[in-house]
Amino acid sequence: MNTANRIYLYNRYERFWHWSQALLVISMLITGFEVHGSFTLFGFEQAVNLHTLSAWTLLTLWAFTIFWQFTTGEWRQYIPTLKKVDAMVRYYAFGIFRHAPNPFQKTADKKHNPLQRLAYLALLSMLSPIIWGSGLLYLFYASWASLGVDGYLSLEAVALVHTAGAFLMLVFFIAHVYLTTTGHTPTAHIKTMITGWEEAD
Amino acid sequence: MRAPQFMMPSQFKFVLPLLAAIALLAASTAQAANAKLEQIIAPAPHSTADHSKFKELNREFKNGPEVTKACLTCHTEAAKQVQHTKHWTWESTDPKTGKVRGKKNIINNYCTSPVSNENDCMACHAGYGWKDDKFDFKAEQNVDCLICHDQTGTYRKLPGFAGHPVYKRVEFPHGSGKFVEAVNLKKVAQSIGMPTRSNCGSCHFFGAGGNGAKHGDLDSSLQHPGKYLDVHMDEKGLNFYCTTCHATSHHEVSGSRYDTAAAVKGPAHIRGKQDASPASCQSCHSNKPHHEAMLNQHTDKLACQTCHIPEYARNQIGTESSWDWSLATQMGPDGKPMAYKDSAGRRAFDSKKGKWEWDSYVMPEYRWYNGYSDYKVIGDKIDPSKTVHINEVGGSPNDPDSRIWPVKVHRGKQPYDKVNNYLTVQHTAGEDHTALWHNYDWQKAIAAGMKAAKLPYSGEFGFVDTAMTWPITHMVAPKGDALSCAQCHSKNGRLKDIEGVYMPARDSNRWLDLIGWTLVVLTLFGVLMHGVLRLYASKKKG
Repeated sequence: MNTANRIYLYNRYERFWHWSQALLVISMLITGFEVHGSFTLFGFEQAVNLHTLSAWTLLTLWAFTIFWQFTTGEWRQYIPTLKKVDAMVRYYAFGIFRHAPNPFQKTADKKHNPLQRLAYLALLSMLSPIIWGSGLLYLFYASWASLGVDGYLSLEAVALVHTAGAFLMLVFFIAHVYLTTTGHTPTAHIKTMITGWEEAD
Repeated sequence: MRAPQFMMPSQFKFVLPLLAAIALLAASTAQAANAKLEQIIAPAPHSTADHSKFKELNREFKNGPEVTKACLTCHTEAAKQVQHTKHWTWESTDPKTGKVRGKKNIINNYCTSPVSNENDCMACHAGYGWKDDKFDFKAEQNVDCLICHDQTGTYRKLPGFAGHPVYKRVEFPHGSGKFVEAVNLKKVAQSIGMPTRSNCGSCHFFGAGGNGAKHGDLDSSLQHPGKYLDVHMDEKGLNFYCTTCHATSHHEVSGSRYDTAAAVKGPAHIRGKQDASPASCQSCHSNKPHHEAMLNQHTDKLACQTCHIPEYARNQIGTESSWDWSLATQMGPDGKPMAYKDSAGRRAFDSKKGKWEWDSYVMPEYRWYNGYSDYKVIGDKIDPSKTVHINEVGGSPNDPDSRIWPVKVHRGKQPYDKVNNYLTVQHTAGEDHTALWHNYDWQKAIAAGMKAAKLPYSGEFGFVDTAMTWPITHMVAPKGDALSCAQCHSKNGRLKDIEGVYMPARDSNRWLDLIGWTLVVLTLFGVLMHGVLRLYASKKKG
């Protein structure tokens, strides 16, 4: 194998973060929709417990990850850009079927294509606050009175916002998993996320 | 063959005594712990007075009032205190409207009203001689001390004696060939102690004239309950008496369905603090008794009883679920009065009283309840086209003092005046010619009852559907038997009809779900199509 064609994209912590977060998000989607009443799998009580446990675990993971983002400067990966966004859209809409080359080449400095950047930024800055804000309010329902917010909130409203967030998260999850298959082979992106090494086309 | 010989290896020789010593120590520690628990919760206090040593009681008594007079020589204020309580007045004033309720004034869903039937009903009055509306409520010797304080278990009050025990051997029930012995009042008076479960139970277990009939969460099984039936009263465990929770001061027993502390807040109460609701769960447990915050946060909507009394009447005694008076006076095939029991030996039909239905291990119904009940009293107008609610429990989801409570709903049919539109008072008990249970004539019974109640009667009666609601609060189950989350948090759970509260897994917004799932399906469809097209494109190229 020609090592010149390989780049080390995701270091060990990054991969650990990604996969444990994936596990937690899946767990929260399953248990969350069970709590919502969509199906019965673990039983309501276990579903609530697992959902809560996953939430705290993910928050802890994020605490470390935010620290990691800033100490390594990796947070810059999420600075949005509109450059080549139209090219990416055209690629996914047409080029990909004609085996046109991907207009974006990953480098260690720019791991995410412009569309990805926008998607992740939206996830981080819009969806995340909706889910975590409503989720924490949901979790701390008992303290609403002592926080002085009980006059402005209803459990129903909070639950509805949280559920709406969950639907959006599920949509993101489906699209995200599908897009992992769009590398030069269907499993190439997944391999990269496991090993850290990106094979060049 | 030689019998094998067991030799103790030398190194074990002192291990055994050591083990024995440890076992002994452990046993004595356990005993000490038990003794300590007993000291804390022992419900029968060791009195500082032995009533068998009192010369006032060392004599023969002809009747109950004579005993009471003897009691009052020392307990000078006792009768006055009792005379202020519901046990004596059978009255309770509505704190909101000033309306006077109580057993004397309401028409309940069982034996209906004591008016004109005092001779029988007053077997459960803490007094002597209430046989009509001329009873003297001021006479101190008429207070019955013994029914609550007898410790011999021999003091019984039978229907038909206006609250007196039997002073002469008597056939009971009349014509049954069974006899009840005269009470030994001297022995009873000398036995005096604090009320036990049997004292309270002698009336409260047998309300409506049958074991367990009325309440559903009170019956004779609570005399010697196990842990399964009542975690607090468990005879081998905490062994609570009724008065452990229904703490009493100047003979005023705390806790009443007429005015319930339905939503007690704050921490557990401490000794010496003015306690407005000692009979509530929270007075010992606080309103945040669980280790899990998630459970504690339910206490702003739920009464403790809702989860911790998953079923009431948890035994074969059961409880009455309905009483249909409209079938009373219906005779057997031979034209004579008949009576029969159900398969569990509980009264099912009697030509005197109508038809009953019973149930055991009953799942409660649930209501918002703020501790306040609005009762119909004698003479209140009704709408006979609808079910008449003898009482309506107050409360709503938006009321911060309301909680979701378990209730027993007792249903039935009762006679009413078709012209005046109110429930009738009927003369049922007695040996006279107007008594329903003697002459099987509704018309005469109602006319006599209404006369005693001083209420006009049109002469036309019919039967109307009725219901009475009883908040359930006894027979608290061990925590392992409490409701699990999913019993309410599911589409068809126990609280499916409770409005005004959002319950995860029960509730959702139809539109949000529709839009959400549509979006998910569209996304799935979209990526699948994209994938199929990619596959097709690569095949074409290949």
